[in-house]
Formats: sequence, structure tokens, C-alpha cells
Amino acid sequence: MPENMKLTRELKEKIDSIVAKSETKQSALIPVLREIQNAEGYLTNESMEEAAKILGLTPANVQSVATFYTMFFRKEPGKHVVWLCRTLSCALKGAEQAEHHMCEKLGVHTGGTTSDGKITLMEAECLASCGTAPVMLVDDDLVENLTKEKIDRIIEELRKD
Amino acid sequence: MPELRIIRSYAGVQDSHKIESYIQRGGYQALPKALGMDPDDIIDLIKRAGLRGRGGAGFPTGVKWGFIQRDSKKPIYLCCNADESEPGSFKDREIIEQDPHQMLEGIIIGCYTINSHKSYIYIRGEMPYGAGVLERALEEAYENGYLGKNILNSGFDLDVVVFRGAGAYICGEETGLLESIEGKNGEPRPKPPFPAQSGLFGCPTIVNNVETLAFVPHIINRGAEWFSEIGTPKNTGTKIYGLCGQINNPGLYELPLGIPLRELIDEYGGGVPGGRKVKAVSPGGSSAPLLTADELDLKMDFDTLSEVGSMLGTAGVTVIDDSTCMVRVAQNLAHFYRDESCGQCVQCREGTWWLEKMLTMIEEGRGRMEYIDTLLDACSQMRGTTICALADGCAMPVESIVKKFRHEFEEHIKLGKCPFEREHMGEWS
Repeated sequence: MPENMKLTRELKEKIDSIVAKSETKQSALIPVLREIQNAEGYLTNESMEEAAKILGLTPANVQSVATFYTMFFRKEPGKHVVWLCRTLSCALKGAEQAEHHMCEKLGVHTGGTTSDGKITLMEAECLASCGTAPVMLVDDDLVENLTKEKIDRIIEELRKD
Repeated sequence: MPELRIIRSYAGVQDSHKIESYIQRGGYQALPKALGMDPDDIIDLIKRAGLRGRGGAGFPTGVKWGFIQRDSKKPIYLCCNADESEPGSFKDREIIEQDPHQMLEGIIIGCYTINSHKSYIYIRGEMPYGAGVLERALEEAYENGYLGKNILNSGFDLDVVVFRGAGAYICGEETGLLESIEGKNGEPRPKPPFPAQSGLFGCPTIVNNVETLAFVPHIINRGAEWFSEIGTPKNTGTKIYGLCGQINNPGLYELPLGIPLRELIDEYGGGVPGGRKVKAVSPGGSSAPLLTADELDLKMDFDTLSEVGSMLGTAGVTVIDDSTCMVRVAQNLAHFYRDESCGQCVQCREGTWWLEKMLTMIEEGRGRMEYIDTLLDACSQMRGTTICALADGCAMPVESIVKKFRHEFEEHIKLGKCPFEREHMGEWS
């Protein structure tokens, strides 16, 4: 969304209901940032400033939290986000090859987004599915026991969407 | 030998996450029993059962609950730590996804015991599916009168909410978790005060792991003696062991505490693939010092592993075969901790960075012999010098790898390259 767009009324209502349920205004911050990101895809300076106003925090405070947690985006990611695990048990089962293959296939470095804006490839630390390594999270879905063929199929599906 | 399934009764059961399935398997029978008990008697029961925290530290759960001043004028909280993110650990995810009501019954009993009327389940952001399962389970529990006002006409009220994280390993540290719920960076707090005195929003708080809480209903139902007779005298009950890495049958196995590591790897894990041999084992999540192939006869319990300078931790066992480069293993782990350090403490922020840097240089053939002792020196300066245990979690495995596989480091440096033929750390299928 353009940088100057304010939060929609619908989103504001959702935020108000999160705040109403929270025990302190500040404790609504992470759920509120999640909600904004769900609606808008990422966090803009403007949306963070609005969140700060609603929660009675400083913009710096909100920025600090938004940059601490890896799942918050401050630049527009692709339509789909792939989190590929790189940690030990996945690495022992070929996560490095999976990453090379993904990068080659998508034409991006890890952290990058494909030129058609469809897919962002992120590196994840342990996704707690070590028994079915290597694994990746594709948006909200965990994909286990990765193989070249499986990755190719998923990329194909994401590209079509 | 089959598993000894107490918690994993859901294994292979269709729709095990639904409340009907849990009730059919004997679920929610402990709750009415517990609600009729004196909280002191519940604490005593859990103590006598010998239940120790399954999140990694192995602290006695009953003792922890006993720290709460139940007549506090402030609200009391119980937070369920569902932030499973210790590399090599994948047991809580299964409990959450397959049997959310089991842990929920444990939460309700725990809350009743410590006089808490509000509980948070902190689930990591990378588990959207599990969070959805928990949300639906909460709805079911409210509909069936297990949550809300006047639970089962006992006069006890409780609300439970799911709080979703947003990507930070450090939020699995209990005070980092509390900071995160409060809407802050997950930076661990100096202790004391401990959460039982001043936790969430400055109020008395207990933080318990998913697996720990899942045991509670079973102990209420079957008694302390039954539980304490499983395992070894000071390491009672079963434990969900995870097997991963270079092993034929990776997966979760619920077995009595104290099972020999060799039995776990050979009998349950089916050994190492490709006719290769075990070179090293990370026995309890990545923070645990590694064991060598000569240490496989050790019993997998809290005390045995701590006596040999390692730890049971989460009992997530990562097996590493003899074709794998241990410098790369150390480098991979250091990368994780460098990435996940919250940055508060210098020893951790700088130490994890330097360890990864030196390990990378050695792996790439740019290391010098003196780096080996510098690594050990850095590790010793990181240990026990920071607010939380993340720096230790990095230093301990790295130090153990350098000490136990020093010859591999020397070989890298002498050759000016990695002596292992494989381009990648491990192969995929």
C-alpha cells in the first residue's frame, strides 16, 4: 500500500477490539502489529505511527519491537513468503542444497523477492519439526521432508497463484 | 519394546485434537477430581510424583508451584511456554497440534492450584497451525464448561488466551516470554526477582512447558506413586524423546526417563543410515554439550547427563554421523545463537558473533592454530556471565565440540581447507 495511506476503518475496529481484550495497552502491541501486517502485508512507518498513537507509545518504541521480531516485515514482501529452515537438524538432512536449489530456481538470494513479486525467500531458524527435516514454512503451511521435486512443485503452485 | 505412552495416547488416533477424542481417551476426568482437592495437596502430590519441568531445566514442578503466594492481592498468572524453538526439539509441537486439550487440562489444574484466573499460552509465531488448533480447543473447552466462570460448578473461574509470538527464540526464556506478552522486545530480565514473585505485569507468575503441563492430569488420575515408579528414583515418569539428524527412524518416542542413549539410537532410531557410524550426539537440544560415540551408554535423564557435563534439556536428540564435519556443526550452531541473541549482554552479543566468525574462518581454511584456544577462551568468558542462558547455550556445545574433536580443527588449519569431501553439511534425499 502507498506509504501515506492510513489504516482502514475495518482494521481500526479490529485493533480496538484487540486493545479492549488486552490487560494493558502496551500488551496489545504484538497482536496489533500482527493484525496490521495481516491486512496490509507489511508494516509502514505510517501504520506503526498510528499503532503508537492508539497504544499510547512512542513511534520509536513500536519500531523497536517491529525490528526485534523476525516475522515483521518493514518492506513489502512477495505475495507468498517461504521460510526455509537452516538449523542443525535440517542442515544435516540437506537444507543447504535445498537453499541453493530454491535460490537458483527463484533467481533470488535468501531474503529476496522474485521479480514478479510472487515469492519471498527467507531463512528460518529451527521450525521445531526436526524429525521430518528438511522443512520449510510456506505462508501458514509447514512442508516436511523436502526434496527437489517437492520444492519444484511448490514453487510452480505459488507462481501460478 | 513398545513405547510407554502416557502423553502420546493420541498417536495414530484420528481427530485426536478434538475434545470428544480427548474425553474418549479419559480426558477431563482429572479436572473435577483436582477441583475437589486442597491446592496444598495437589502441590504435595506433584512433588511426591517427582515431576520435573520438561522445558529443559528439569526443575521440580511442585516446588515451583509452591513458590506462589496464593493470597496475593495482585492477580496471579500461569503462562504455558509453547515457544518450542530449541534446535533438535519438536515434541511440544506434536502435543499442541495433536492433543491440545491434554495440555489445557494441565493448565486449568495448574491455575486452580496456584489460584490463577488468567493464563496465557505463548505459542511461537512460526506455528500458525498449532495456534489455530489451540484457539479451537479453547472454544470447545468454554462450550463444555471447562473454562470460564464457575468451572464444573466449583466456583473457580479461569480465562485462557493464546498469545502468538512473532519470531524470536529468546522468547522461550521465561522472562523473555513475559516481556513479549507485555508488548516489549523479548529481552530476558535479571533474576531475582523470579517470576513467582514478580512476573507478568509485575505479578506472581508461573511459567510451565507444554509437556510438563500435559503430565499433570495423569498424575492427578493415577497418583504420585504410579508416576514415581516409572523412570529412575530422581528422574521419574516418561519423557518424549526426539530423534533427528542422521538416523534411520527419526521421530518422537515416549519412554521412561533413564533409557540408555544407545538403546534409543539403535533400537528405536534404527541406527545411522548408509552403514555409517555415530560420531557425535547432541542429546538434549542444541544448547547441550555434545557427546561422542564413546558416551552412548549414558542414561538419558537429567542427573546422569548433568554429571558428565552435558544436559538432558528438551531430550531432543540430534545424531551426527562420521561423514560430517564437526567444525561445520559448530559453525551452524554458532550462527543460530548469533542470530537469536537479543543483544542485551556484551558477552553474548559479541561472543556469539566472534565464535561464528572464527569457526567460519577455520572451516574455510583461513584459520590459524591459535584460534582454537581463542575459541575456548571466548567460550569460557561467555559462560555464566550474562542475564540469561543463551550465551551459555552457544558456548557449551561449541566448547564441547572444540575439546572433543580438536583434531578436526587442527586438520582444517593445517590443510588450509575442510578435509571432508562433501560440499554440503548433509545430503538430502
